[in-house]
This record gives sequence, structure tokens and C-alpha cells, in this order.
Amino acid sequence: MGLVLTTLTGNYAVSYAVKLSRVKVVSAYPITPQTTIVEKIAQLIEDGEMDAEMIRVESEHSALAAAYGAASAGVRAFTATSSHGLLYMHEMLWWVAGSRIPLVMAVATRTIGPPWNIWTDHSDLMDQRDTGWLIAMAENNQEVLDETIKMFKITEDPRVYLPGIVGLDAFILTHTSEPVDIPTQEVVDQFLPDRRQPYVFKAGDPLIMGNIPKDLELNMRMREDIDKAMERAKKVIDEVDFEWGKLTGRRYGGLTECYRCEDAKHFIIGMGAWVGDMREAVDKLRSKYGVKVGLIKIRYVRPFPREDLIKWLSNASSAVVFDRSFSPGSGGHLFLETVAHASVAGVRTPIKNCLAGIAGVDVTYEDIVDVVLKSISEVEEVGTFKEFIEWYYRGGR
Amino acid sequence: MVLTIKDLPKDKYVMPGNAACPGCPENLGLKFVGMALGEKAILTIPAGCTSVIQGLLPGSGLKFPIINVPFASSDAVAAGVSVAKKLIGEDAVVIAWAGDGGTADIGFATLSGAAERNDNIIHICVDNEAYMNTGIQRSSQTPLGAWTTTTWKGKKERKKDLPMIMLMHKIPYVATASVAYPLDFIEKLRKAASIKGFKYIHLHAPCPVGWRFDPMKTVSVAKLAVETGMWILFEAINGKVVISPPSKPYVDKTKRKPIKEYLSIQGRFRNITEEILKDLERQVDENWETLLKFT
Ligand SMILES: Cc1ncc(C[n+]2csc(CCOP(=O)(O)OP(=O)(O)O)c2C)c(N)n1
Ligand code: SF4
Repeated sequence: MGLVLTTLTGNYAVSYAVKLSRVKVVSAYPITPQTTIVEKIAQLIEDGEMDAEMIRVESEHSALAAAYGAASAGVRAFTATSSHGLLYMHEMLWWVAGSRIPLVMAVATRTIGPPWNIWTDHSDLMDQRDTGWLIAMAENNQEVLDETIKMFKITEDPRVYLPGIVGLDAFILTHTSEPVDIPTQEVVDQFLPDRRQPYVFKAGDPLIMGNIPKDLELNMRMREDIDKAMERAKKVIDEVDFEWGKLTGRRYGGLTECYRCEDAKHFIIGMGAWVGDMREAVDKLRSKYGVKVGLIKIRYVRPFPREDLIKWLSNASSAVVFDRSFSPGSGGHLFLETVAHASVAGVRTPIKNCLAGIAGVDVTYEDIVDVVLKSISEVEEVGTFKEFIEWYYRGGR
Repeated sequence: MVLTIKDLPKDKYVMPGNAACPGCPENLGLKFVGMALGEKAILTIPAGCTSVIQGLLPGSGLKFPIINVPFASSDAVAAGVSVAKKLIGEDAVVIAWAGDGGTADIGFATLSGAAERNDNIIHICVDNEAYMNTGIQRSSQTPLGAWTTTTWKGKKERKKDLPMIMLMHKIPYVATASVAYPLDFIEKLRKAASIKGFKYIHLHAPCPVGWRFDPMKTVSVAKLAVETGMWILFEAINGKVVISPPSKPYVDKTKRKPIKEYLSIQGRFRNITEEILKDLERQVDENWETLLKFT
């Protein structure tokens, strides 16, 4: 059976994934560049192609609140947002995760103002790391579609019962068309069971969620269990990836994917759409410069792929973490977490942080080649880095 | 048919010994909601006194299904629940039960949004005219002249007319109620539950702690609010206002008790000037005049 590919933007890939996942309630508020996800879903519903209800709310806070209400009452729900919209609903993200209600959200990752800027970086997504949501980031539109469908299964697994985000870079994915295989409804139905969730609110059943705790230790244990669920999710993510691979032929790896890592001495670490450029950079660095470079693609920020990173980095000569978001006064988000876990595990590999592509600045594979070549030669000369965090601008500072 | 106490179910939805203060009007209101709609109700409750009244997790002093929710989200969560129940085909009356802050201030955009969409829920604003849960700070529902912990010399602005604002949303049902008139409130709740779309009920709820009066007097204070004409009971189906029986006599201005009777039993108005008193009196007349235009 030949594969029939359809040309889809990243946003439409989300819309079709939501339809195929038989989502029952969609509630959202428009923000560039998320808009076409919801516009498409509205059209699918109005044309009778999708059997769901749309709640056209007045804000993102309410978008997540309404999706949460629907999910708490027993149906599969979805929302999507970006940038300021995501920050506006931040309080609700904590509430949904704390309630252990499975729910899926697409985040079109976008710069945060001021100034108003619609281009991609990862500040909005990374600002949600502490909320208790699973957070995945896609490299291309096929992965956007696949990961969205998979996220429903992962979040509704009783070992997890947490909400989940699928991130896709503003415009680079959201508005760029790529050939995508849309699985049939039969395949998705075979893959995705009926909705499961820890509890459902029903009239006549006096269940209460969220009143004041008598025992603070119980409250602390509830928080701890979110952490444990994240740990358990690692296995679930692997299993689901395997299952999806069996049905579609597409396996991505679990929390990370490693590209040309087997014999690699130097590593590039990154996530999102520019991983495509990093692959090219790896090929170039190997073919043209003869350096043994591998790429660790971060697929999940939460749970964080601690074990994978430690495994690959422990025998490496150097690594560069590319971050599209950072914490002012500290460093790049992926970098900070990578070095924290690596150093606790006793990894002595010099790891450098390259802050690039922030505020939507374009980065090409040549830029990446540049940065990596320089960092390798520095490590080879001095054995370490003079500066561990570098702001990269093409043509120098 | 007139509702009497005998017609009400015996089931209790508010357990004795919960965490409400003595004389708590919110506790009273919840009892009446139980009597009216107990077995059908699902409540969303934002931050406020009722978060505390419920008692402590993992137990609870209320027998409703309750989703506690962030302060500004009660109507949106309720809208989601209501849509889900419709899709599942389950019978439920979804109620957003919020204080005046959770309704008129931080929750206002959410309220207005749900009303404009005509989401199939009942919003009950339990109005104790201040942020009681955080320690009696002023809200947009605090009346002119009232002492609060953020208006030590008395609030300088008048109470925002929320029932009127909701009437202007052209929703199918708007009503006011008072904890002193349970049968009127219960009837309104049942009527609201029988109507599809967005229903708004504004429940006047005198709070002994915040208003500084004897906890034995919650009902008397609430009654005086109606008898002085300071609080008007009405309902409006599709925008047509009908003054409710307890307030009917006070359409006639001469039948209204002097508002001083209402103000003087509350510590929060202890220091108001003659000028503010006059202003409050003028507001009562004005509110009646405005409302009667819609009858
Ligand atoms: C976003 C947010 N801001 C502030 C608070 C703190 N807070 C909790 S309850 C409350 C006041 C509640 O007042 P109201 O809605 O009138 O209800 P009441 O306590 O009087 O019943 C405030 C300010 C909060 N929980 N969430
Ligand atoms: S402060 Fe007032 S409204 Fe709040 S619980 Fe006490 S009596 Fe009830």
C-alpha cells in the first residue's frame, strides 16, 4: 500500500490530529500564529466533518478554563494558543495539572513582547516548565500531527494522568506547508482507546476537587505525585512511540532522538524546527570537516530527558546546547537543565550554551556549523570553554 | 402555585459544623441552592469565602459535586462542564457560585463572555459587598460610604449596578434574590434551571463579619435592605422586569422604611456623613426609577 501524502501546514496538521483523536470540545481564543488551527477546526465542525462542540471564549484564561471544565466532566478536550495567550492562561495550567485532568494543548511557540513580535522563540513554552504539563516540541509537520494524536494517549494513561502540550515553531512550522501522511480514522481508532481519566464530575455524586487541605503533607504528596507521574510518563512515551511506529512506520524515539550519535565525540543539543538545520550541520561537519558530531534532539522538555543526555554526554569531548529561550541573569533553559543533570551524574564534558534565534532571529545550518567548529577548536586547545554562555549573532556581536 | 416550606426536600446539602462563620449568608444561600436543585447541581466555585466554608480536603461539609477553580474562571469552567454534559446526554444543572469579586470584578470578563455566548449555566453572585475571604477589602459591589479595610474613611464610589448590566446582556433570565427570602430565591433557582441559556441570579448576602453586625441578625439585615428599598427583588424573563412579591410594596416610595434603619445596625456605616446619607437615599430612588422603566 503506497503512502498518500497531503500538503499541510503545521497548524492544519494539528487540526487534523484533533479531529482524528475524536476530540469532543474545543475552546480557544485567537492569537497569531495559532489562529488557523482553530479556524480549521471550526470549519470541520460546521461542515459536519468533525463531531464536536466549539466554545468561542473571550480570553485564553477562559479557553483553558472551559476545556478544563469539559474534560473534568468526562469528554476529550483541546485548546491551542501562543505567546501572550499562553502567559495569560498560566494560572489555569497549574490548576489543570494539579487536578490531574488529561487535556491537550497546541502551542505555536512565539516571542513575548515588548516589542510586539510574532516570530518564533521558545520563551512562552519554556515559561510553563514548572506547571506539571508534559511538554513536547516538534521538528516538522508530520511530527506535529503524530505527537498530537499520541499526546492524547499519553496524557490519558492512568500511569500519567497529566495534561500535555505539543509545541510547534511560529511560522517555520505553523504556516509552512510540508508533505504529511494523515493516518486513516481506522488507524487512529485502533491506536487511541476511549477516554480515561481519574474522576468525572456528575450530578448527584458529591465529589469535590480543590478545597483547602487539612493535612499539608497530603498536599505535598499530591505535588510529589506529579513529579512521579512525570517519571512514569517516560516509559509511557516510549511505549506509545513504539505502538504508533508499528501502525504507521514512524518512530521518533522517546524523549530524545539521537542523530549520528554512535561514534560521535561532539554533540549538538536543541529542539524544535531548527533541529532540521542542525541535522544538516551535522552532515556538513562530518563530510566537509571530518569531525565526529552527533545531534541530540530534545523531543520532550517535560519530563526532561535526563538519562538520555547523561548517557550520550558522559563519554563526549564537548557539547553545545542551542537555546531559543533563557532566564535573564542565569542562562539558556535547555543548557541549565542539561548541565545540572550532567554534573550531578558526574559528567565532566565541557558543555557550552549558544543563545541564538531569540526573538525570531533567523539561524541557518551554516551558523550552527560555525558555532560548533569554534567550540570544538576551543576545547581542543584549552580543554574547556573560556565562556560557557555565548550570545550568537551572525557576523559577530 | 405558591411554594411553601412543606414542598421542599428534606435532603441536606450543607452539613452542620462546616467552616462558615456564625450567621454566614453564603452558608444560607448554599442551603437554599441544595433545596432547589440539590440532586441536579454541579457547582464551580472560585476563590472566596465558599472555598473555606466547604471544609477541609479530603473531607467536605457540602454534599454537591464541586469543582473549585481559579478566581476569574468560574463561568468558563461551568460552560465547559455544561457542554460536556449535553454531549454525554446527562441531566445536570451547572452553577457558577461566585462572590461579588469573582463576579463583578476579576471574574467580570468571564461572566460577560459566558452571558454573551448564552452558555447554558446559572451564575449566582453571592454578594456580601466586599472581598471577605481576604479580609474585607472593598469591591465594586461595596456601597458608597461603607468602611472596609481598604476604605477606612468610607468608600468614595457607588455600587456598580450589576443586575442591570446583566439585563443589558439580553440573556434569557436575570433575577435578584436575598437570603432573607428563601422561597423567592428557590423559586427563582428552579425557574432558572428550567430555562435554556445563561441565567444570572444576584443574591444579596449580608455578612456579619464584614458589615459589623450581630451574627444573629443576618436575616433581619437582609430584610431591612429590601424594606428600605436599598435592595430590590425582581426577575426578568427575556428582559421584561417583574418586581417580586417581597419588594412589591416598595414600588410606592412612601412605604419604604428610612434607609437609616438599615444603615444604623451595621458598623461599616458608623461614620457616614449626612451628605453621604442623602446621596445613598438619592441612589435608592434612582435605582427604582431605572428598574421600573423595564417593567
Ligand atoms: C488571581 C487571584 N487574585 C487574588 C486572589 C486572592 N483572593 C482570594 S478570595 C478573594 C476575594 C474574594 O472576594 P469575593 O469574590 O467577593 O468572595 P467572598 O470572599 O466575599 O465570598 C481574593 C482577592 C486569588 N485567589 N486569585
Ligand atoms: S466572612 Fe462573611 S461571608 Fe465569609 S464565611 Fe464569614 S460570614 Fe460568611
